[in-house]
Amino acid sequence: MAYDKFNILTSTAVPLPIENVDTDQIIPARFLKATERKGFGDNLFRDWRYNADDTPKESFVLNNPKYSGRILVGGKNFGSGSSREHAAWAVYDYGFRCVVSSFFADIFRNNCLNIGVLPVQVSPDFLKTIFEAIDQDPNTQLEVNLPEQTITLLSTGAQEQFDINDYKKSNMLNGFDDIDYLLNIKEGIRSFATDRPL
Amino acid sequence: MSAKKTLFDKVWDSHVVRSIENGPDVLFIDRHMVHEVTSPVAFLGIKNRGIPVMYPEKTFATADHNTPTINQHLPVEDPLSANQLKMLEQNANEYGISYWGLGHEKNGIVHVVGPEYGITLPGATIVCGDSHTSTHGAFGAIAFGIGTSEVEMVLATQCIMQTKPKSMRINVEGTLNFGVTPKDVALYIISQLTTSGATGYFVEYAGQVFRDMTMEGRMTVCNLSIEMGARGGMIAPDQKTFDYVKGREFAPKGADWDRVMAFWKTLPTDEGAAFDKEITFNASDIEPMITYGTNPGMGIGISNGIPSAEAVEGGVATYKKSLQYMDFNEGDSMMGKSIDFVFLGSCTNGRIEDFRAFASIVKGRKKADNVTAWLVPGSHKVEAAIKEEGILNILHEAGFELREPGCSACLAMNEDKIPPGKYAVSTSNRNFEGRQGPGARTLLASPLVAAAAAVTGKVTDPRELMQAERIA
Ligand code: SF4
Repeated sequence: MAYDKFNILTSTAVPLPIENVDTDQIIPARFLKATERKGFGDNLFRDWRYNADDTPKESFVLNNPKYSGRILVGGKNFGSGSSREHAAWAVYDYGFRCVVSSFFADIFRNNCLNIGVLPVQVSPDFLKTIFEAIDQDPNTQLEVNLPEQTITLLSTGAQEQFDINDYKKSNMLNGFDDIDYLLNIKEGIRSFATDRPL
Repeated sequence: MSAKKTLFDKVWDSHVVRSIENGPDVLFIDRHMVHEVTSPVAFLGIKNRGIPVMYPEKTFATADHNTPTINQHLPVEDPLSANQLKMLEQNANEYGISYWGLGHEKNGIVHVVGPEYGITLPGATIVCGDSHTSTHGAFGAIAFGIGTSEVEMVLATQCIMQTKPKSMRINVEGTLNFGVTPKDVALYIISQLTTSGATGYFVEYAGQVFRDMTMEGRMTVCNLSIEMGARGGMIAPDQKTFDYVKGREFAPKGADWDRVMAFWKTLPTDEGAAFDKEITFNASDIEPMITYGTNPGMGIGISNGIPSAEAVEGGVATYKKSLQYMDFNEGDSMMGKSIDFVFLGSCTNGRIEDFRAFASIVKGRKKADNVTAWLVPGSHKVEAAIKEEGILNILHEAGFELREPGCSACLAMNEDKIPPGKYAVSTSNRNFEGRQGPGARTLLASPLVAAAAAVTGKVTDPRELMQAERIA
């Protein structure tokens, strides 16, 4: 499924300074029963966000009007657990285009890159700086510059480089999926497949 | 011959269709398993593109994640689950994929039925939209979980694009103590490495403990690789592996068998091959394990107390939040804590050996009155073996019922949900907040620990109930 191109994103951010946020928290299993990809944003962080009677939990950051933006900043080891791409869909569908953390779980990172959410891994120190800046001023702006591979706290100019491989980078810049690439080399795949032992 | 290769390198390299500079490899996939939850959007994707499934004979579909575990002969009550199941059946039929739906004799949890029918093979690349696909690594396959976009890629092109992970070897040397099972070995390793300790790596398990282990035990260990962040885990195939695979329905036969055997025998890691990281543990340090927190790394030997926040790596606030969810305190002993539910099952511990272990303890005892027990075989084949081996009688005499196969309370997508605030000793793989139902509190453990809890109604060291000759 194609997604919007990603170039430079300047936005306020939503802080979630919790470690090991697993995909069961991002989207609980009982919301995985859809057969189409829509509406997952409503259930993003469902059990942290809503009480059992569906009233919002005021203490949770997504229910706090002070915080908003297209960037989600999470604690270390973000996205561990199940491979459900629904977690990345929920993040995207809610309106986030970028997740910042000091460490990502593998499958979640891959899933994000496949659907147009940019995972930005920063140093633990820089992560702390970001959390502190947002804590002091919820209107703090972050700039995520994909072509330059930088993330900047606009209030102070503090900046870090982040890693992304060239292939994924050009996909994100152009809004391409891996599947487009694979379909283009189908004949090569077919000849590779002939005479395999299994 | 300069390059000495690891098992992982050999399997990976033989599946690379092409490498993209500064990018991922295009990896050919030998076996693809699908289930109802992570596949519908992928099928929709190829439908919208108007393209076929490239190799339908390499994809296998089973229904497991949200199927009921009682009255499977009746229509599924939850309309959303019923719809997903119907979609899977329609998609499988439309694209010519083997489909083992509810009631089919081969139905069961995707990672249990794959090995049972010889779909899982040494030296293969195996993927599924489920993170515990790592289970199949027990056969010396590269097996890992993928997202729905990647499921679509495999359907459309039989390939996915992956950056080659780093390699790690985990050795466990010596022999396991009395009462210590493969589940304990895995929970021990995760507790030492933490849930992110192997992120970015593919793990090979080596050493005497794994050589001595049965195929079922190896599957349990590889299954849990993902819980320390690893993409997958694998164990070199040996005679035990080949004997297990031989003759199974989808395994190669005749001349094909000879041909694959020639390949499979070359797979074990070369002497002196380098790993990015290597760790060694002693089997004698491992005792029956149990978790006390909300991730699988929060596990301890059953006779130990809950560590204090200062003693663990990671954020103190996150740790305290976790204990608060569990309503446990730092320093508490786990032993003697009252429990409400016992779940025996899942792709981690839903195989016949797990039911044998459970039965070895409950035999001649009675289920505790305060415990609700859900015993869920991983597949119909496991269910049949439970009956044939007389285990069902033992379970019935002890006051237990057997349910029908499926994922069940492992992820609680069906009706099998642990109620809020209740404690469950579970043989599954995740103790995340709400994993087994909103507000549910999960203690991960082996089938032996689960059985001991089921008959005493509290956390109990199974060794107290075991006689040496029973497990001899
Ligand atoms: S038993 Fe649990 S972990 Fe295994 S496939 Fe089913 S839901 Fe996934």
